[in-house]
Amino acid sequence: MKKDYKLAQEQAPLYEALAEYRSSRVVPFDVPGHKQGRGTPELTKFLGRECLSVDVNSMKPLDNLSHPTSVIKEAEALAADAFGADDAFLIIGGTTAAVQAMIMSVCKGGDSIIIPRNVHKSAINALILCGISPIYVDPGIHPRLGISLGMCAEDVEAAIAAHPEAKAVFVNNPTYYGICAELKRIVEAAHRAGMAALVDEAHGTHFYFGEGLPLTAMEAGADMSAVSMHKTGGSLTQSSLLLMKRGLLSPDYVRTIINLTQTTSASYLLMSSLDIARKALATEGLSTFQRVISLAEYARGEINKIGGYYAFSREITDGKYIYDFDVTKLSVNTLETGLAGVEVYDLLRDDYGIQIEFGDMGNMLAIVSVGDNHYAIERLVASLSEIKRLHGGRGRLGLLDHEYIPPVVRMTPQQAFYAPSSPLPIEETKGRISAEFVMCYPPGIPILAPGEEVTPEALDYILYAKEKGSLVMGPRDMELKKLYIVK
Amino acid sequence: MELWYTEEHTPSVRFSIKVKKQLFGGKSPFQQIDVFDSDEFGRFFTLDGLMMVTEKDEFIYHDMIVHVPMATNTGIKRVLVIGGGDGGTVRELTRYKTIEKIDMVDIDEMVVKVCRELLPFTSRKLGDPRVTLYFEDGLKFVRTVEESYDLIIVDSTDPFGPGEGLFTREFYGNCFRALSAEGILVNQHENPYYESYSASMKRAHRRIEEFFPICRVYQAHIPTYPSGHWLFGFASKKFDPIADLDAAAWNGLGLETKYYNTDIHVGSFMLPNYVKSALEIK
Repeated sequence: MKKDYKLAQEQAPLYEALAEYRSSRVVPFDVPGHKQGRGTPELTKFLGRECLSVDVNSMKPLDNLSHPTSVIKEAEALAADAFGADDAFLIIGGTTAAVQAMIMSVCKGGDSIIIPRNVHKSAINALILCGISPIYVDPGIHPRLGISLGMCAEDVEAAIAAHPEAKAVFVNNPTYYGICAELKRIVEAAHRAGMAALVDEAHGTHFYFGEGLPLTAMEAGADMSAVSMHKTGGSLTQSSLLLMKRGLLSPDYVRTIINLTQTTSASYLLMSSLDIARKALATEGLSTFQRVISLAEYARGEINKIGGYYAFSREITDGKYIYDFDVTKLSVNTLETGLAGVEVYDLLRDDYGIQIEFGDMGNMLAIVSVGDNHYAIERLVASLSEIKRLHGGRGRLGLLDHEYIPPVVRMTPQQAFYAPSSPLPIEETKGRISAEFVMCYPPGIPILAPGEEVTPEALDYILYAKEKGSLVMGPRDMELKKLYIVK
Repeated sequence: MELWYTEEHTPSVRFSIKVKKQLFGGKSPFQQIDVFDSDEFGRFFTLDGLMMVTEKDEFIYHDMIVHVPMATNTGIKRVLVIGGGDGGTVRELTRYKTIEKIDMVDIDEMVVKVCRELLPFTSRKLGDPRVTLYFEDGLKFVRTVEESYDLIIVDSTDPFGPGEGLFTREFYGNCFRALSAEGILVNQHENPYYESYSASMKRAHRRIEEFFPICRVYQAHIPTYPSGHWLFGFASKKFDPIADLDAAAWNGLGLETKYYNTDIHVGSFMLPNYVKSALEIK
């Protein structure tokens, strides 16, 4: 089945305009000062003359990202069409910028937003910037795998009922590990309550182009979505798209919000990569992701045959916290091999020259995407089999017991972030308000965020996780002997 | 009109053969396959433009990759060949009546098909009843095979593209697992002269050393391969290629060879100083 597009997706207006610029041999008396790479021989040799020659600044034939009227406007219209959105914005500050623009487009200081506890740092930082209050929903934790999941729709509905004043519901879909929530039901619940539905689809660009993949935010009727084109879509690192549906929001206002923090010297390398990647996705995405899915399925089957490793997939869905699963994610539980996920991650890199995305205490994650081939997959599988043969067999590793610790929000993240604070020995912080984040991997959920009370449960868990050698991140004191507490 | 085949041995060094006629040109799912006929080298076959086999000098490579391990352990019965789609390695192996089983794994069925048709001088023994052909990824085959081999010969292309997985630690580890307690692993080791090849050679050698107690390198002179100076890796769990060479036993077999003899067997392990220092052999 080929998707129907309104516009001719084989066009790439921004890319074509840059190619035209290059062949017109313009004499540059504008920035950047490297002047098409002529002034920086070492850099030009390293990155290539072709690359430097289009690292240019806004000019009439190339449009301007903060106020697009020609080729960027056309590229954005094509992107909106490809993703089934009403409007799309090229984002060059990473998906972080897209996530922050989403939140800032629907919330202002004093507002509140319903978010999963395992939300990405970029969203929390938006709350700090704007003075927005979080209303956290427990995403659930898988008892065997030890990973945090997606929000259960029932829990979101309950949060909406309890907090009718919230301006928006924010969803991570899919999570890093490929877990998807019941997006349509969550979006509908938000809309019934007059709230905006925002989706962090950083890891789900491919949902829009493959077949048999989970529902996309735009299909589910969400108001906005941040898609990290560079993660699985093939554009350059730091390039991303913000998608929106009109209704609750106007594109002009969203553009104004984006411009608040966006550079006025947007990179044409990043923007043209978005245009070219979008063209490839729209015209070849279906077959590309068929190949990606079959590679991932093959790898999963082979990894599960090795024994000890558990490459999980759709069978873990439960209709609640795991409504769907992204089969392109090669998420592997390693505990039965006697090795921690992060040990396998290190061995793969140090001994086998294979860099995977992530390893935590119990799991590792390999991203399979547009650039992968059969040879690379065989190497990954063979290396995992060797790692088990040479290093495994110490018996099953235990996981930390992690129960969800309900946060007690006493101040907004912004108030706590700017409040005077001082470090206190961690054991003496009970009942005080944390000025810092404390994250534990696994399960990759904040135990404390700025403005939250250090409850006995939170303190016990931090001490327990520290003792078990779990990765604890966030606080300024890396050893977490002390925690900054609001005075 | 003159037609020349040219291979770039490095970005600034070229090697050319005048071509009489192109006999085949086609693209398999894995690589570009071409077969040519020439006055000087007879028929020759290339993959992705790189020289694999010529009618005139293939005997050197195939003699050295097969007879060195076979003379080291004349008791070898079960052999695995990885790559080697032209059939030359299998042809030499089938001359040993003592070998009971030869499995050959090549990722590319089209290579074998083309060679069977156009290169009978190497491929003519692929139909030997002891030979079983498998068309799959060599790395996957050694990872999953339950057999225990006495000899694994890695007759591969260069470590870019389809041959990439055959120069990796995971491959050598899986070969170690698939070899018997008396097992020998021989692989083509690239040339030591040009930097891009010698880097792969050094890496391969280091990785093999991690698994095998005995790990040696030997050489041959192959006119059509880059620099003409080619290395082979000899790794083994038990047999030393010089101390355990039974020259009388091998000579007693009465095999006629054009390059290999038991003197060159010993001599081929004597390496030039720059190669020894690159391999960190004292």
